[in-house]
Amino acid sequence: MSQVSNEHLLEQTGIVKEMIQTCIQCGTCTASCPNIEFMDITPRHMWRLLLTDHAEALFSSKSFIMCSSCYYCTLRCPRGLELTSAMSLLKQAASKLKLKQFRRSSLFYGAFLDSVKKNGRVKEMEFMTHFFISMKNPVMPFAYASLGLKLLAKGKIRPELPSGGKGKLTALFNKVAELEG
Amino acid sequence: MKYLYYPGCSLEGTSLEYDISTKVLLEALDVQLTEIEDWTCCGATAAESQSHLLSYVLPARNLALAEKMNSERQILVPCSACYLNLKKVEEIIKKDKDLLGKINSVLAEEDLVLKGDVIVRHLLDVLSNDVDIEKIKEISQNKMSGLVIAPYYGCQCLRPFTVFDDPEDPHSMDALIKAAGAQPFEWDMGAQCCGASNTSTKPEAGRALVGRILKAAKGADAILTVCPMCQMNLESSQKKISHEQGMDLEIPVLFLPQFLGLAMGKTQNDIRLDLNLSNTGALTQKIV
Repeated sequence: MSQVSNEHLLEQTGIVKEMIQTCIQCGTCTASCPNIEFMDITPRHMWRLLLTDHAEALFSSKSFIMCSSCYYCTLRCPRGLELTSAMSLLKQAASKLKLKQFRRSSLFYGAFLDSVKKNGRVKEMEFMTHFFISMKNPVMPFAYASLGLKLLAKGKIRPELPSGGKGKLTALFNKVAELEG
Repeated sequence: MKYLYYPGCSLEGTSLEYDISTKVLLEALDVQLTEIEDWTCCGATAAESQSHLLSYVLPARNLALAEKMNSERQILVPCSACYLNLKKVEEIIKKDKDLLGKINSVLAEEDLVLKGDVIVRHLLDVLSNDVDIEKIKEISQNKMSGLVIAPYYGCQCLRPFTVFDDPEDPHSMDALIKAAGAQPFEWDMGAQCCGASNTSTKPEAGRALVGRILKAAKGADAILTVCPMCQMNLESSQKKISHEQGMDLEIPVLFLPQFLGLAMGKTQNDIRLDLNLSNTGALTQKIV
């Protein structure tokens, strides 16, 4: 269950509700979703919950973080709704509100962007190390070890310590934060 | 033919062979690339999960740098995720001038301005529409004959922007595969999702999608990809998925320009076949 009130969640998702206002509940999005078997509620159901202001129920499900941005729903929606973008906006809200059940995805993307802010480009080893540290789970790195070792052996990733100093894109990131409030 | 070139982060690291083989192939086809100076990350799928504005600013920075170079007007992008992010900005600023203003007020921090006069092109778009396929035919002399090759397109070079192929039933790679002398594998998984970053954050869900694709590819000699994320997902867990599904699902997976490079007489080293994670030996043995 989420730790934030329904009202607060509604505030954060108002823009998504507006986007999907003309949803006719046909379920084409659900029928097109490749990740449907890993969702506890369907995309169509998610839009219904949003339209009827049941944000708390929506965020007690992890369905939207299963979206892998394949854009089939966006392509096929008979109302022309940008449903993949709507999924992203829900991910943003979950991350902004620091909802516990989305911690893993939020930290993963957060670590990725920190690496980009500092270096301008992604340094995989640095960002994965940062991700593992922020998850505070000593066992988790082993799940990634087999692929990591293969990539190291091929010279595709390089061990790198997080670099300090002024970041390459810090000015841009700060300005974005200022404008988004 | 000349293009500006945006390699993107993966092509500097986990998909180095995509960068190298793209350059080798395009040089052989008389295409000149000029890398965008000081390019940075496009934001991948991370930016749009965290901040709306940032997901436009990060790709926009690269478009602004491309405009500043004041040379070619077209940017060639091999990575489908980078392609989509850059394309998204190219498209939205034509309509949303408010957003363009916001983007520019952020880019002003680096004294950059985005006007919107560059066009973003995917490598596959350029190969199937700009390049002379006859030239590939001529040089390859049916070198890949006898091989059946599964073209895998993934999502983001096809959708949501339907620029150069059918977004549900793509076929642009068929002509290129035939030009190399091989036969395109008939399947309906070419435009299905590989799980993208779910393989990192929700591995079971990611492997389920990859498993479906690998199963459907049975009967083909290799799968071709045009995206670093697809390539990594299709290659990296073949043993594990084979074990989970109780059947041998191992198959060589190559980037499209690696395959075309080989067809055009480049060596395995030229296109860095040693960097692929799947076992490509099963394919190279069959090439005469």
